[in-house]
Amino acid sequence: MDAHESAERIAEVFADFQSYFSKEQDLREEIRSTVRELEQTAREIHAVLQKVHQKDGSENVVNVCKSTESHFETARKQFKELSAKIPENQYYRFNDHWKYALQKLSFLSALVTYLKTEKLVSREETAAMIGVKLRQAEGFHMDLDDYLIGLLQMASELSRLAVNSVTAGDFHRPMRIAKFVAELDAGFRLLNLKNDALRKRFDGLKYDLKKVEEVVYDLSIRGLKPVEGT
Amino acid sequence: MLAEDVDQQKSHISQCFQEYQKELDCRHDKHERLVKLSRDVTIESKRAIFLMQRSSGSNKSDEVLDQAWQKIKGIQQQKFLPMAKELHGEDPHQFLRAYSAGLQEYIEAVSFYHYLKSKTLVSLEQVQSDLTFTVQSDDTEPPQEKTIIVHVPPSEYMLGLADLTGELMRFAINSVGSGNLDCPNDVCAYLRRMLGGFESLGQVSREMNRKVYTLRQSLQKVEAACYTLQIRGSEIPKHMLKDVFRSVPGAESSYMEERDLDE
Repeated sequence: MDAHESAERIAEVFADFQSYFSKEQDLREEIRSTVRELEQTAREIHAVLQKVHQKDGSENVVNVCKSTESHFETARKQFKELSAKIPENQYYRFNDHWKYALQKLSFLSALVTYLKTEKLVSREETAAMIGVKLRQAEGFHMDLDDYLIGLLQMASELSRLAVNSVTAGDFHRPMRIAKFVAELDAGFRLLNLKNDALRKRFDGLKYDLKKVEEVVYDLSIRGLKPVEGT
Repeated sequence: MLAEDVDQQKSHISQCFQEYQKELDCRHDKHERLVKLSRDVTIESKRAIFLMQRSSGSNKSDEVLDQAWQKIKGIQQQKFLPMAKELHGEDPHQFLRAYSAGLQEYIEAVSFYHYLKSKTLVSLEQVQSDLTFTVQSDDTEPPQEKTIIVHVPPSEYMLGLADLTGELMRFAINSVGSGNLDCPNDVCAYLRRMLGGFESLGQVSREMNRKVYTLRQSLQKVEAACYTLQIRGSEIPKHMLKDVFRSVPGAESSYMEERDLDE
């Protein structure tokens, strides 16, 4: 091949890549703007849920949870919008953009579910609440890691709630939270974690657990521990 | 909550987590297997490159190139085929980090081969079609043929090409020693075009910037070599030229070692 031909080939290769790259940039820009809206929604839900840390809020947990429903509705819509933008089979090419928002919403749905039913939210429920698919094969889905990180975020929020419940005069809640967080910890111990983001978050779980246990301890030595069934 | 409710929930949570454990382990294992394959690809590709570098000195360079091609074919069949099997049915970008290093090294080897063979730049389509395999599918009766691929993202291809420029620089310098005085000029023109191309892209990624920076240095070394050839080529016996390059500004910074020590 002569020099001229080879020069053309090089120019062609770079021109192809240039057009591929600028298309990718445009798509990223669009994704970013949708994700910004999602993060806003997540912040709003979080702000509403802050009320449970106050005295009047902790007595009205059900109402507080109800008032987040419309926001979750918005989040579902926004996820639908986002998923329409992602080409098939390219979830992981862009997923850095929405990972954080997805974790936060997974956390919020776990918290709401706990406050309502005192149960651990299942993956199915979380996926349904925030409007994503459960399995990778079905489309825009939620990574297992993101769901688990959401649960860990909930554990720290609950340890805070345990402290604030005592301040508000509710001595029952910390007991239940302690039990729940301990179970969660036992669950996480079953996992073989790699040295990644999930592992880093999990390492913080023991401090949350310790904090709730301290609250329970404080209550018991002062004779404030409620008797079972009262 | 009643006592048995609590027990029930407890078992429910641990049941869930047992499932998660399986899923996570499964994914981590796959990741590990891909990393292993990728490491093998890297080693084999490096060997192929070393082999091709030797072709500059020998008069049997065609034979060496054929050997190199056999090696590359071997990598495709023995390493990339299992890799494609692992990746079948997965999102190609999910495990990209596991095999990206090997893929880039492989692209470097393949593009170097094509340069030596016919002075062309291997295209992305060519690379991709080499990594596309047809296998018998076992899950359908009767067995049907299905295509499985190791996806080559354009950005990985470009990064592989950036690595190629380093090999070309070494090749140009070495070939002078064996009496091929045209080679540095050819390579120099080629590298200039490549650099022009990379410069025109703008900000792609940090990895790319680092490689373009190295490319600029490689080009400088080749340019310095061409300069020396022009000035002193007629005065010095050919076999001594290689030593002369070592004293050329820009070329003295150990052009032989640096690339292979850092990997």
